[in-house]
Amino acid sequence: MSEVSQQGGGGGKKDGKVRSKKSSTKIDMTPMVDLAFLLLTFFMLTTTFNKPQTMEITMPDKPKPDDVQPEVNERKVLTLVLGENDKVYWYKGITDPKIEVSNFSADGIRKVLYAQDAQTKDMIVLIKALEKSKYKNMVDILDEMNITNMKRYAIVKVTDVDKDLVKESNL
Amino acid sequence: MGKVKVHRASPSLDMTPMVDLAFLLVTFFMLTTKFAPEEPVAVDMPSSISEIKLPEVDILTITISPDGVVFFNMDGKYNRQELLGKIGAKYGIPFDDQDKEKFSLLPSFGIPIQGMKQFLALSPDERKTVNQTGIPADSLNNQLADWVVFARTTNPKLRIAIKGDRESNYPIVEKVINTLIDNRVTRFNLITNMEKGPIKL
Repeated sequence: MSEVSQQGGGGGKKDGKVRSKKSSTKIDMTPMVDLAFLLLTFFMLTTTFNKPQTMEITMPDKPKPDDVQPEVNERKVLTLVLGENDKVYWYKGITDPKIEVSNFSADGIRKVLYAQDAQTKDMIVLIKALEKSKYKNMVDILDEMNITNMKRYAIVKVTDVDKDLVKESNL
Repeated sequence: MGKVKVHRASPSLDMTPMVDLAFLLVTFFMLTTKFAPEEPVAVDMPSSISEIKLPEVDILTITISPDGVVFFNMDGKYNRQELLGKIGAKYGIPFDDQDKEKFSLLPSFGIPIQGMKQFLALSPDERKTVNQTGIPADSLNNQLADWVVFARTTNPKLRIAIKGDRESNYPIVEKVINTLIDNRVTRFNLITNMEKGPIKL
């Protein structure tokens, strides 16, 4: 559009006629463009596209007084104790357990879970969090449950026995 | 001489398509943008591989800050007004319509109900300077339980989401979760960031 109007203006001068209105069809768009890009940048930077993810968890109801608790074979129970500094202690069984320590890396507790799951049919995982553990640890361990595809796991209140076990193990 | 002056007309170039595009994008971003409500604390969420998205409406958010302060938030303007009326009736604090109006526009708050009336009387700028102590969730004075119970009676479709900071200590989270379980909320969501899961072979 600009080329045409400019040439037309040049031609007009040769005739000697004054055509003052000819060049006014072209307006300076630069400030508008500046503003448009300013707004564009602003909205692009403030926009967040990703909605937050969530994990759905379902906790059991509180047992009623007359409910019968099902008996569980203790050899099928794997207990994970979340400790401080992103450590996770684990032991198999309940009586006289051998406690070991691991961490949240891909070679840590995930390998343990896979190995134990292969050994034990219908394994039950109990997750216990010590006072010093962080919320992040709990989310991480629930995440590991999803990754390793554990079917039966529960978040349980930590007992004094577990605390002592962790303390004695000195790991 | 017959020199060809090619560059003569070039300094002014046609900006119209660019402007069209720019305005198209401006319109797009203006319409899609939703401003995040201002939170009283910055919460750095833990990450998980879960890919479930949080629904946009009917959400009750319990925020737990790194130092263990509990905040409460619920969406729905009219539900919030009703909620404040119910809570006020339970604790014997009368809230008038003006209070309810202000309450419905509040972001997450962590104020015991006894201090709520004074808190609402402040201007929005003054509220930011208030040191929010959190909603009591102890077994003796569990106001969080009341908030949750009344919120659920106000809006039965409510989904409860816990937005905890990575570094908040687990016992406080446990307290919140136990409060929920005691009030027969056994299904709830933990808000997390996205993380790439291990590649499945």
